[in-house]
Amino acid sequence: MIIDVNNLKFSFGSGTLTQPVLNGVNLAIQKGEIVLMTGPSGSGKTTMLTIIGGLRQASNGSVVILGEQLVNSNELAKVKIRRQTGYIFQQHNLLKSLTALQNVCMTLEMYQDLTEHERQDRAQRILAAVGLEDHLHYFPEALSGGQRQRVSIARALAGQPKIILADEPTASLDRQSGHDAVEILKRLAKESNTTILLVTHDYRILNIADRVVELEDGVVKAV
Amino acid sequence: MKIFNLWYFPARLAWRQLIHDKPKLVAATSGVLFACVLVFMQLGFKDSLYTSAASMPLKLDGDLFLIHQQSEALWRTVQFERSELMRALGHPAVTEVAPLYLSLASFKNINTHVKRTLMVYGFDPDMELLNVNSLKELKYPLRIKDTVVFDELSRPEFGPVGELIQSGQDRTEVNDYKVKIIGLFQLGISFAADGNLVASDLNFMRIFPEREINKIDIGVVRLQPGASVQQVQSELREHLNEFVKVYSYEQIRDHERRYWENVAPIGFIFDFGTVMGLVVGMVIVYQILFTEITNYRFEFATLKAMGYEHHYFIRVVFSSALILAILGFIPGLLLSNSLYDLAESQIFLPMTMTLNKIITVFAFILLMCIVAGFLAIHRLKSANPADMF
Repeated sequence: MIIDVNNLKFSFGSGTLTQPVLNGVNLAIQKGEIVLMTGPSGSGKTTMLTIIGGLRQASNGSVVILGEQLVNSNELAKVKIRRQTGYIFQQHNLLKSLTALQNVCMTLEMYQDLTEHERQDRAQRILAAVGLEDHLHYFPEALSGGQRQRVSIARALAGQPKIILADEPTASLDRQSGHDAVEILKRLAKESNTTILLVTHDYRILNIADRVVELEDGVVKAV
Repeated sequence: MKIFNLWYFPARLAWRQLIHDKPKLVAATSGVLFACVLVFMQLGFKDSLYTSAASMPLKLDGDLFLIHQQSEALWRTVQFERSELMRALGHPAVTEVAPLYLSLASFKNINTHVKRTLMVYGFDPDMELLNVNSLKELKYPLRIKDTVVFDELSRPEFGPVGELIQSGQDRTEVNDYKVKIIGLFQLGISFAADGNLVASDLNFMRIFPEREINKIDIGVVRLQPGASVQQVQSELREHLNEFVKVYSYEQIRDHERRYWENVAPIGFIFDFGTVMGLVVGMVIVYQILFTEITNYRFEFATLKAMGYEHHYFIRVVFSSALILAILGFIPGLLLSNSLYDLAESQIFLPMTMTLNKIITVFAFILLMCIVAGFLAIHRLKSANPADMF
């Protein structure tokens, strides 16, 4: 089991202003599975994703990611999970002062054992895999929305993560480029047997999933 | 290698972020450049003040120097009895002693007839109290009644004295007394006097009729070769009256320097200027770093979500500070160097760019940027991925 969430509860605020978001979520995802999570906006999808990705601290229930308990964990454990997780954001979130190649290299610079040449080489290969071999030295502002999201997919995959977490990756893209982006993501994930949890309300991309779950009223329902 | 990468990657990111927005980079480096030039000029003026203040004592040719203990500086001495100096002759190691008379006087510009104050030195020309070759060559003509020698490094307001005496116009008034300028020598101006004039002791008394030959400003003592200056100094201290101070060459130089540093508020003014320059520069750099972090906080949060740790971003901020320090310092040094040359040629103050000064200012600028970095890193806390996605 790569992701194992049990009875996760989370609320914002405190005292009388407490706003419960997750009311005992259970979710288990196997290695290599592609799971889509849908649900109305405000249902806590992004909150859940940030907890699983080690970006947000939860204090109630159990969240075991790659064998690591994240509930009430320290910063070190969270950083460890972040490094094994590729995050794809709703906006592309690329560094605007870096070229496509340099952006992808940012993932690899955390690993001290690679040489500059190896990093460049790997980044080039992964950018070629998402179809951007001709745009290596473009800055994000010179790329189209779909191209930026593909760079961001390449960046997430470059570190050979065990998990990909994607937060509405197609939200800011048109139908065709959104579809292309998730198709590429699916193909590359299947090649490397990477687990994907993808939050979306985009029903046009449901077909890429092995399984679809719905988050509603703070609990997960299978669809 | 690991330590190197620890700084190399954040520094490279900082560099790429800085050069991405070139207009902003130019603005940022101008801030550092401004601080840099300000500090260089303050230190330059201060140094120039001290060196020029000490230019006369530096040229004094003697082993020990007697001054009245109430003499604050050489341009405002308290006179003491010549007999006190003569008593020093009683020491077996002392070969000769000579009085030096000092006074400020007005000098009439030969062309414009405008009077301006300069320093007049009076001593027996045979004693060669100032170690300046052109003066030594003029020691015989200096004995003639009503002759003086003019410092050609004096400020130009005194007139083109060199050209004038060549064309025969060598008469003017010093302290309303008619004298003949018989030549030029080189000493250099100080903050106390805009120009210098040397006369024999007898002519000095003619120029200043209120002065007495028995009331001297500085007593110069020369020792036998091989005598211990320190030992003679302490022995003379015991023999002479308490009100006379016995200084070595270094001590009289430092005495003069200390006056300008501490007693006159001038040293403080330049120190204050230096500090203000650094504070202004620090605020500018802080502002730049702060807005950098604010602008890049989404990117920092993204990197954090990828697994970068907080200390990486601290290194990015300090690298930015360091890059700004270097980028601002280099043009600042070049500009200051030309300003030094300009100051030397236009206001006749000795301004030299020494390695020591370059290192000092760079250390100041570096410190300034590091402090700005420390103030700015708290802004990094705003880059929290959980609040942003």
